Amino acid sequence: MTSKNKWLSAPYIFWSVIFIIVPLGMILYYGLTDTTGSFTLDNITAIASAGHAKALRVSLLLSLVSTLVCFLLAYPLAMILARVQVKRHNFIILIFILPMWMNFLLRTLAWQTLLEKNGVINHLLSFLHLPALKIINTPAAIILGMVYNFLPFMVLPLYNALAKIDINVINAAHDLGANNIYTFVRIILPLSVPGIISGITMVFIPALTTFVISALLGGGKLLLIGDVIEQEFTRTSNWHLGSGLSMVLMIFILINMVLSAIFDKDGEGSML
Amino acid sequence: MEKELIQLIDISKAFDGQMVLDELNLNIHENEFVTLLGPSGCGKTTTLRILGGFTNPDKGRVVFDGQDITQIPPNKRPLNTVFQKYALFTHMTIAENIAFGLKIKKKSKSYIDDKIRYALKLVNLDGYEHRMPDSLSGGQQQRIAIARAIVNEPKVLLLDEPLGALDLKLRQEMQYELIRMKNELGITFVYVTHDQEEALTMSDTIVVMNQGYIQQIGSPESIYNEPENAFVADFIGDSNIIPATMIEDKLVDILGTRFACVDTGFGTNRPVDVVIRPEDVILVEPQEGIIQGVVSHLIFKGVHYEMEVQACGFEWLVQSTTLFPIGKEVGIRVDPFNIQIMNKPESEDEEAVIIDI
Amino acid sequence: MKTIAKRIYIALIILFLYAPIGILMVLSFNESKTRAKWGGFTFKWYIALFQNEEILRALFNTLLIALASSLIATVIGTVACIAMNGMKRRAKSILMGITNIPMLNADIVTGISLMLLYISLGIRFGMGTILLSHITFNIPYVILSVMPRMKQLNVSTYEAALDLGSSPLYAFFKVVFPDLLPGILSGFLMAFTMSLDDFIITHFTKGVGVDTLSTKIYTEIKKGIKPEMYALSSLIFVTVLTLLVLVNLSPADKKKTD
Repeated sequence: MTSKNKWLSAPYIFWSVIFIIVPLGMILYYGLTDTTGSFTLDNITAIASAGHAKALRVSLLLSLVSTLVCFLLAYPLAMILARVQVKRHNFIILIFILPMWMNFLLRTLAWQTLLEKNGVINHLLSFLHLPALKIINTPAAIILGMVYNFLPFMVLPLYNALAKIDINVINAAHDLGANNIYTFVRIILPLSVPGIISGITMVFIPALTTFVISALLGGGKLLLIGDVIEQEFTRTSNWHLGSGLSMVLMIFILINMVLSAIFDKDGEGSML
Repeated sequence: MEKELIQLIDISKAFDGQMVLDELNLNIHENEFVTLLGPSGCGKTTTLRILGGFTNPDKGRVVFDGQDITQIPPNKRPLNTVFQKYALFTHMTIAENIAFGLKIKKKSKSYIDDKIRYALKLVNLDGYEHRMPDSLSGGQQQRIAIARAIVNEPKVLLLDEPLGALDLKLRQEMQYELIRMKNELGITFVYVTHDQEEALTMSDTIVVMNQGYIQQIGSPESIYNEPENAFVADFIGDSNIIPATMIEDKLVDILGTRFACVDTGFGTNRPVDVVIRPEDVILVEPQEGIIQGVVSHLIFKGVHYEMEVQACGFEWLVQSTTLFPIGKEVGIRVDPFNIQIMNKPESEDEEAVIIDI
Repeated sequence: MKTIAKRIYIALIILFLYAPIGILMVLSFNESKTRAKWGGFTFKWYIALFQNEEILRALFNTLLIALASSLIATVIGTVACIAMNGMKRRAKSILMGITNIPMLNADIVTGISLMLLYISLGIRFGMGTILLSHITFNIPYVILSVMPRMKQLNVSTYEAALDLGSSPLYAFFKVVFPDLLPGILSGFLMAFTMSLDDFIITHFTKGVGVDTLSTKIYTEIKKGIKPEMYALSSLIFVTVLTLLVLVNLSPADKKKTD
């Protein structure tokens, strides 16, 4: 409205500085100092040590695979949903948000019951005379858990970006002689880039940094970078090392933020 | 008249059980500017979409140049469409937009470049090749949409309310532009609009539609001067539609007074509707008129005065360059050839529509 | 044929999302205490639930935090949107960038950073720190759902209200607020949901002895989840589902008539 109302932003600016900016500064401070308070890069270079490097490598691999799986599952789904009538918009969003009302840990735990050696899925498979599924306590189960938990964060931005494409733009492509594949590659895919970037960010970051899913479905055999950091804070109480490792993670987060700033200027691919 | 290019034969279409088009038949000739005119929901856009191939008719056939194209998908039809809100590809430059169809047809680069230059010249936007669609005004985007369609050299260009999003002045300019382009290209235009002025200005043939039926097909002059029913009369321009009785050929009883007219063949003592255009009602001194009345409203409209005259229990809409002040007693005369006789609507349904408008 | 394939695909995805929820509901009626065996049908966990003070306390904490944090976040976020709307482009985009940080940042980093903040400020860990943290990650959800509404807002209606003699505050609540309301409501709901489902940030910012449902479940995982938890979660889920169905049915009918 009017510029007079600028002071209205004061509470939020105040809040953001104290609870967003300063805390990030704290991580930088802890990450770049040792217990005596003097400057050091040891906490960051610690990522190169065998155990940490392996945890980061495994985390990157698993989160990249789950992001890819999420994308491949979500894109066709979002395309189908985007052509459903507009008045169903809220309903579609609800379907994907509703599972969050069942606790995240319990939902993930339920996959144990489904995947176990004598679990529901294997009962079903043996009933159908199919070979049993042995993925519980393997990386595959972790990927499944990640895909399960973060799929909605891929579907919603894609759905929003695709639903925004005017149907007549697609019609125009057909009208000018393009077949379905050509229309998809030249029109639909490029126009949904904001949603793709946003979806990848929303899935990749939580997957990269999760520390519970591997404990629940991976049988605790694989240590992910999130697990390492969590342990530094809750068990070893080496906050300096934990902060240093977090700073390494923040590099990936920063890359993602820059990407989404470039490709999704108007927030077109937002989740809501 | 040139040869028939498109035939729509017995086309029916329903959405969610609601009839949008009912056994529609329409022939479109080569090199014709045809306008489908009607209120929203009359089926004009559906008709256009069936022509373009974006909607499949439930029943009926579309014949193009002697060939049945009902089942042919839009990307294989020799027609191109200019969409309502332009539907430009916002992630491509203007040149890429225009080249889209040509690249699919695997034309050579030099051919495409020539075509882009030619099309931009035709729509008066030379030098815009490397701009993005979002940086253009509505009118310019509309021209690009036309350019993108015509470079493919379609035999027919379908235009779906292309000027609807533009302001009045731009719309009038674009009307002349469209006529010029059509003459330059020498192709058929099928144009959809709800704007009667647009239809009258540009068309060779107007197809007036309502509720999925064609009400009248004819030249702008015949649609305006000889509307076949009250819907057409009311939809095209202002008019006085008065219930009357046809006494005999060339004599009609309007509100208790006999008027001479030129229509024949309506039988004797039959109830009819008459249409008299406001500019055809002549106001004179009371003793010189066929009927007498009193001026009740007066507005100055620039070109003429618009007045309402209470006479014989009816409010007559009158346009005249001579001023008659409010409260003045006047006489009304109408020349016989300006009284248009129409049959009463047959069903209550049609009657209801008229009240709606 | 194509539509059938599409429907099957949607159905499979929905099955994937809801199968674990179905399993949990089934387990809540399982006589046997372990997840592995079906021991017959029982209501006893539902009865036991209402006698388990620890779980009820965690539930109370969870709901209190979710409600309070989403309410406060909604107020701060909505006011921020109004303020940002009047800002210069540059200031606005900087503020929106900051808003995006908690959304794009990893929960674990947000959690750790807030934990370090509370320690250095000497704030005692407990309900207060959980609340502050939840407000922080909830505000972006409110802003992101109110902001698009704000952009669509027709400023002239606000000016028209002023022109007709209303005070700015009256004009805001009578003219602007109703237009923003759908965005505010969906922001609130989103914030409430996120707060309810959060584990990681709460894990790092809760004090000893204070638990929400998430952290309670996390500690139980090692000992084995009490079946009362399944019962509680099923109750919450069914309640929300029923509420949403009711809410969604009525406005849809209203829309059809106008």
